[in-house]
Amino acid sequence: MTRLLGVLLMVLIVYAVLMGSFPPARSLHNHQTLAERLGYYGIPTLGVGMLIVAGGIDLSIGSLLGLVAVYFGLLLSGPLSARQTVPLALCLGLDGVLLGSALLPAIGISRRIAVLLSLLPGAALTWACHLYLPGQRVPPWVAMLMLLAFASQIGLFHGLLITRLHLQPFLVTLCGLFMYRGLARWLSPGALALPSDPHTAALRALLVSDRLLGFPHILLWMALVALLLAVLLHGSVYGRYWYAIGNNEQAARYAGIATDRHKIAAYVICSTLAGLGGLLFFLMYRNATPSSAGSLLELYAITGAVLGGCNLRGGEGTIPGIVLGAAVLPLLQQICTYNADIGSDLEYTVIGGALLLATIANEVVTRWSKHR
Amino acid sequence: MLQARGIRKAFPGVQALDGVSLSVSAGEVLAIIGENGAGKSTLMKILAGIHAPDAGEMLLDNEPVRFSSVAEAMTCGIVLIHQELNLADNLSVAANLFLGNEEIRGGLLGWLERRSMNDRARRLLERVGLEVAPHRLVGELPPGQRQMVEIARALARKARILIMDEPTSSLTQRETERLFEVIAELRLSGVAVVYISHRLMEVQAVADRVVALRDGRNSGELAREEISHRRMVELMVGRDLKQFFRRGHAAGGSSVPPVADVTGIVAETGAASIRPEEHPIRLEVRDLCYQGGPQTPISFAVRGGEIVGMAGLVGAGRTELAEALFGLRPLVCGEVRLDGRPVSIRSPGDAIAAGLLLTPEDRRQHGLVLEESVQHNLGLPNLDRNSRLGLVLPRRESEMAQQLCQRLRVRTPRLSQPVGLLSGGTQQKIVLGKWLVRQPRVLILDEPTRGVDVGAKSEIYALMDEWAAAGIAIVMISSDLEEVLGMSDRVLVLHEGRLAGELPRAALSEQAIMHLATGGSEEREA
Repeated sequence: MTRLLGVLLMVLIVYAVLMGSFPPARSLHNHQTLAERLGYYGIPTLGVGMLIVAGGIDLSIGSLLGLVAVYFGLLLSGPLSARQTVPLALCLGLDGVLLGSALLPAIGISRRIAVLLSLLPGAALTWACHLYLPGQRVPPWVAMLMLLAFASQIGLFHGLLITRLHLQPFLVTLCGLFMYRGLARWLSPGALALPSDPHTAALRALLVSDRLLGFPHILLWMALVALLLAVLLHGSVYGRYWYAIGNNEQAARYAGIATDRHKIAAYVICSTLAGLGGLLFFLMYRNATPSSAGSLLELYAITGAVLGGCNLRGGEGTIPGIVLGAAVLPLLQQICTYNADIGSDLEYTVIGGALLLATIANEVVTRWSKHR
Repeated sequence: MLQARGIRKAFPGVQALDGVSLSVSAGEVLAIIGENGAGKSTLMKILAGIHAPDAGEMLLDNEPVRFSSVAEAMTCGIVLIHQELNLADNLSVAANLFLGNEEIRGGLLGWLERRSMNDRARRLLERVGLEVAPHRLVGELPPGQRQMVEIARALARKARILIMDEPTSSLTQRETERLFEVIAELRLSGVAVVYISHRLMEVQAVADRVVALRDGRNSGELAREEISHRRMVELMVGRDLKQFFRRGHAAGGSSVPPVADVTGIVAETGAASIRPEEHPIRLEVRDLCYQGGPQTPISFAVRGGEIVGMAGLVGAGRTELAEALFGLRPLVCGEVRLDGRPVSIRSPGDAIAAGLLLTPEDRRQHGLVLEESVQHNLGLPNLDRNSRLGLVLPRRESEMAQQLCQRLRVRTPRLSQPVGLLSGGTQQKIVLGKWLVRQPRVLILDEPTRGVDVGAKSEIYALMDEWAAAGIAIVMISSDLEEVLGMSDRVLVLHEGRLAGELPRAALSEQAIMHLATGGSEEREA
């Protein structure tokens, strides 16, 4: 509770500084810009925050976000080349295999046979992607579903490596950070722009820019994600398991919890939300540069989650806290933009320094309240 | 040489020491005896500077001293060798001997004088009779040799007073004898040895004087010629064990054996009136081997309503066996039957579903989520009952927790209290209690009263008795022989992973168990 009040106080202070020092920041238009930014940062921050509660970490979300944004741009602006479909086709094919081998045992087929059998739909899916996608325009909603499945598949891949091979999450996702960024650059040599057809414009309006009672839609989508995650983390059995796993994985195991499965689920949710962030990124900024889209986002998101009360050792943190933590960053960025003395060159230093100060204050307050 | 007077020390919830005094002179072997929780370890930790006493004074060579750290006690020549050895497995023997005390040349450069350290190491190892090259890695040595390395390290620190906490708990017979020879040599060279042990036979063999503690107070002292097994037991126990260990149903309420039997001299025979054949077999283990276990498969059976003690030395493979049964270690061969039906247990989830439950030995690591509340800990394995459509029903969960706390008499200010802040006994009750709503068929209790105060202990014993009476088959793994003798209807003794023997209640004695646990054959039983 003290943590939540602390981060709330911090948001209010930074907000007051911004509004107090820079009159242009007080406009309604600027508030809507801030709300859009919060919506965009909030979604991956929620994902990684929830993963941190469950004792994990994901450094690849920025790169994954960029990769999904680039793919989305390619799919929207024209047919993919045969080469460009390969990663997508392979990933979706693997999705088929894993889904098959997860579902078939439920109807009484033995595990080994189920895995063999599900190679068939997997291969079929890969082949279908490979045949159908090149030279074919895909409707935007199909592209979105495909890319969300793709992102969740990446999370599953991380989760399996971490639980089955006992690799360190830091390492696995660090490799991901490099791999997905490289893949994005390989897919498209240059920046991609949002096509200007009415379909895309309608999609952008629905997901990002339209207002409901003055709030941009992207913020509302973020709020919806936060609500769903709050129910999951604070109300459901799974949330209870994640907290237990984050605090003491062994004890959770001894209590009969299938810890591996729940950890994998956390990675899948985190990557899927990063993928969703990628879709929104492209719609919101109207373009995606393969080398820079979403770069450093993983660190912003992790810092936001930590400011919001997540402990990197796991087992601590709340959804309201994470949302508030995610709000600090856009506010700080604006202070830098408006203040001519700071300028864009010092932006990182200011952000880093402010986050460090906030963390120290947080720590001091926590200790003080514990000693009392 | 060293004198302590009126030492008092309290921990949250327990008065561990309540005015204890003792003295030891140069060249003397002083044994400290007492039950678990009598305060022996706390006293030793105070002498070695790990804890500061709340009250009382310590005199070293008639000068008052006060240690605020282990390092201070060490500079005064007081060295404690812990029960769990504190050696760095990844370093060489010589590096361990001089860890933190390295000979350095070149000031801040910190160039190590390897050759001279190796020479000194060789001399120290010779003194403890260890024929090991100084450059060998400690991790490669067997437990007995590591114990000697610890002693050599104490000598390297110029120890005048050497405190050994249960030094033989993981040693073989031969290693123990070797240890006693070394102790005798140390005594001749004027080192004072404070020796703490549960094993009264060893105390008898090695001690010049015995100080007994009970419930944090001195309960008596014996000079060399007075030391006998019987006298030591009297000083240690002094409590009515009939009240303490309750095995009502097993023996018609009154045949809990007299003190002498419980602590091991005379095996009372013929009095046990339990007829285990009346109960059906609950758990049957046939030719079981598990990953990381011994080559020889293990078989045993436990009937409903029976408490079967599982004894053995540290490292005998009792915990590993329990983990294998609970699905934490993959089985290699054999089968497990519950109520006559073979079950396939591949994970703790399977075991719980089948009604076979384990309370782990290490409750802080495996049994509890310390940061979380009493309610959440009790609820963690029972969320399937306290949820609907995946959503937790907090009210139903708190009702369940409330009921459990009442039944187990869990002393907690509120259900939202983090369990890490509760006393050991209360924590243990929560570890036990979370299984109770599941109507267990087989309960495996691994060290159910380790680090638990006396009051909570007797409550736990009463609960175990109650559960057995309800027809649950209980396997109790314990290193506390009194507990094994007091609670078990039958004892299985493990040695190096295999079943060394089985003792019916009539043949139970401390000696018989230790005989089997140290690798003796069944025929030579006392």
